Amino acid sequence: MKRKGLYFKFLVIILLAAGAGYLVHPGGSKISLKPLGINYEKQYNLKLGLDLQGGTHLVYEGDLKDIPSDAQADAMNSARDVIERRVNAFGVSEPLVQVTGTNRLIVDLAGVKDINEAIDLIGQTPFLEFREENPNPTLKPNESGEVTISPTDAFSATDLTGKEFTRAVLEFEPNTGAPQITLNFNDEGTKKFAAITQKNIGKRVAIFLDGDIISAPTVQSAITDGKAVISGQFSLAEAKELVTRLNSGALPVPIKLIQQQNVGATLGLLSVKKSLEAGIIGFIIVALFMIIYYRLPGLLAVIALSIYILISISLFKIFGITLSLAGIAGFILSIGMAVDANVLIFERTKEELRKGKTLQQAVEDGFNRAWLSVRDSNVSSLITTFILGYFGTSIIRGFAITLSLGILVSMFTAITVTRTFLRLLVGHNIFVNHWLYGVRHMAEEKPRNA
Amino acid sequence: MLNIIKYYKFWFAVSAVIFVIAVWSLAVHGLNIGIDFKGGTLSQINFTQGVPANAEIQDILRQNDYNDAIIQPLEGNTVIIRTGPQEKERHDAMIKVLTDKFGAITEEQFSSIGPTIGNELRSKAFYQLGIVSLGIVFYIAYAFRKVARPVSAWKFGWAAIIALVHDLVIVIGVFSLLGTYFGVEIDSLFVTALLTVLGFSVHDTIVVFDRIRENLRVRAGQSLPDIINSSINQTLVRSINTSLTVVFVLTSMLLFGGETIRWFVMALLIGIVAGTYSSIFIASPILMVWHKWDMKRRG
Repeated sequence: MKRKGLYFKFLVIILLAAGAGYLVHPGGSKISLKPLGINYEKQYNLKLGLDLQGGTHLVYEGDLKDIPSDAQADAMNSARDVIERRVNAFGVSEPLVQVTGTNRLIVDLAGVKDINEAIDLIGQTPFLEFREENPNPTLKPNESGEVTISPTDAFSATDLTGKEFTRAVLEFEPNTGAPQITLNFNDEGTKKFAAITQKNIGKRVAIFLDGDIISAPTVQSAITDGKAVISGQFSLAEAKELVTRLNSGALPVPIKLIQQQNVGATLGLLSVKKSLEAGIIGFIIVALFMIIYYRLPGLLAVIALSIYILISISLFKIFGITLSLAGIAGFILSIGMAVDANVLIFERTKEELRKGKTLQQAVEDGFNRAWLSVRDSNVSSLITTFILGYFGTSIIRGFAITLSLGILVSMFTAITVTRTFLRLLVGHNIFVNHWLYGVRHMAEEKPRNA
Repeated sequence: MLNIIKYYKFWFAVSAVIFVIAVWSLAVHGLNIGIDFKGGTLSQINFTQGVPANAEIQDILRQNDYNDAIIQPLEGNTVIIRTGPQEKERHDAMIKVLTDKFGAITEEQFSSIGPTIGNELRSKAFYQLGIVSLGIVFYIAYAFRKVARPVSAWKFGWAAIIALVHDLVIVIGVFSLLGTYFGVEIDSLFVTALLTVLGFSVHDTIVVFDRIRENLRVRAGQSLPDIINSSINQTLVRSINTSLTVVFVLTSMLLFGGETIRWFVMALLIGIVAGTYSSIFIASPILMVWHKWDMKRRG
């Protein structure tokens, strides 16, 4: 057999494990290519979630003066959902967003690194409202004595806001080719918009974004299909940016940041330490079980499993994945699945040995036969994590990301690492002993053709 | 070889009883949902004489039956304490408990808070579960497409989903009972535990199905019950060993992992055990019963 290739693979695995080990080691985790003349230096740290490490505590205040009192709670809840979606899209893992009191939103973000960026991003969430002509605007003289009407006064609020908005689409005016934006509403919004346009035929209805008027077309007839068109005077680039901003959600009320503070972990260091210790004890028990039950292959599996844990944690560091308790749960489950792949293979190998196959043949067949089970069970888990990661928010997404990464790495370690180790050992006579593999008898290796 | 298939009526009956109790408890008691879902109160407290450790505050509140309090240290000597909905008297009593233990404190803010799990996530959860189930059914139907006879590939998919629903309902039902009799609350970690159980349950079932698929090919000509039974037996050691390794880790976390994650680990433990049970005693027998029905219908 191509033993050279095997030794090469073995070397690659050892190097990979050593590299991962360096990254995981608390003292290490800094990669610098400066000695090689390449300007690259980066520190990789494990990002822990709000529950484990704390982060930043932001308080926003919603301006509810235009919202009727019975709709205020609803408006704040819908603002909550928009902000959460927004923060999730930004990639800050597992934010905690909740309404407090009547008009405030608490946003807790893990880690403190990109907080200003996060604040900017939340600040950019558009506030969308639809207003109708105000029959009696208050006339106020400005500083130079001129009497003007402010746009927010010329138009009075309606009950249609960003809450009923679902999606914005960039289109082009068929005649002039100018960019225009079509706003789509949900069922409730469609009804409200129809009522507003019905009431205002011949008058103007204004679309306000972030408190500024962006379009105020005169209504020709009632619009019942739930679509409003903004055909302002903007460039293609502006229109595109606006569509992107709108599609990540529009606020039903304007909000402003009133407080920003650092917060500590909710679970506390003690709890993290305890859980970690418990995890290590659990791992030792699993290792003992695997070695006692599966003997030599069990020992190899434990080594492969350690490599698996090292690689996974270093990937968490490299990709900057935020680990909260939910993420750790996903990781633990993936350890379970990694063990499972090995158990499947070893059970199969034993079976083949009992059938009277030689060790080498049994190992090869064991891997080949078990592969289908490993593939199907892991692919179905990957489908699950993909769906949860794609549609899910917050904790669900954190869980899905760590689990799917874990599954991919575990398929590599269970198949490639364990197999390479076993193949290497199987070639040596001292390791060809039935006791080491936990079977009563083992067929003799037939002399190979010289 | 254990004859598991022969006693399928018994296993089904066991599951049916547990299932009915779970659904009954859900219907009668519902779930004891926690702050994450229903919101509550938020109290910002300044400890004038230096802020104690999180665990100390937690302990004293627990001793006085404020079990749901989540404590978050802020800058300075301030902490935020989130609890479930509280009446004024009960809140004042909580402040008194803290004053008695830690000396003078000032409450800088006391207000209501909404849920951290918004309507969006809640309404989406069921819909997601539906998509996940469909995704799994389609994948299994695809992976098993070559075993058209005697059992259609779709049946493998649906049987896996039935076993999955079985496991999830048991976990939710147990927590409905725990909530009623021991005040255990459902939080966002519970949602994660359910997802984990979901992943494990399907994973476990597929391994058994995979063996049935292989045996249908290799042992063509044997009766379906025989094939299913020997497939279960051939994967039995693996099913138990795999679950054991996960159970070892979880038991260790339950014993040494601290108070905060106790119920989370418990939910996982129940789900993993149910998942192993259902992959052996429920999912595969369903294939056979379904096949029998089909045979009868066709005459």
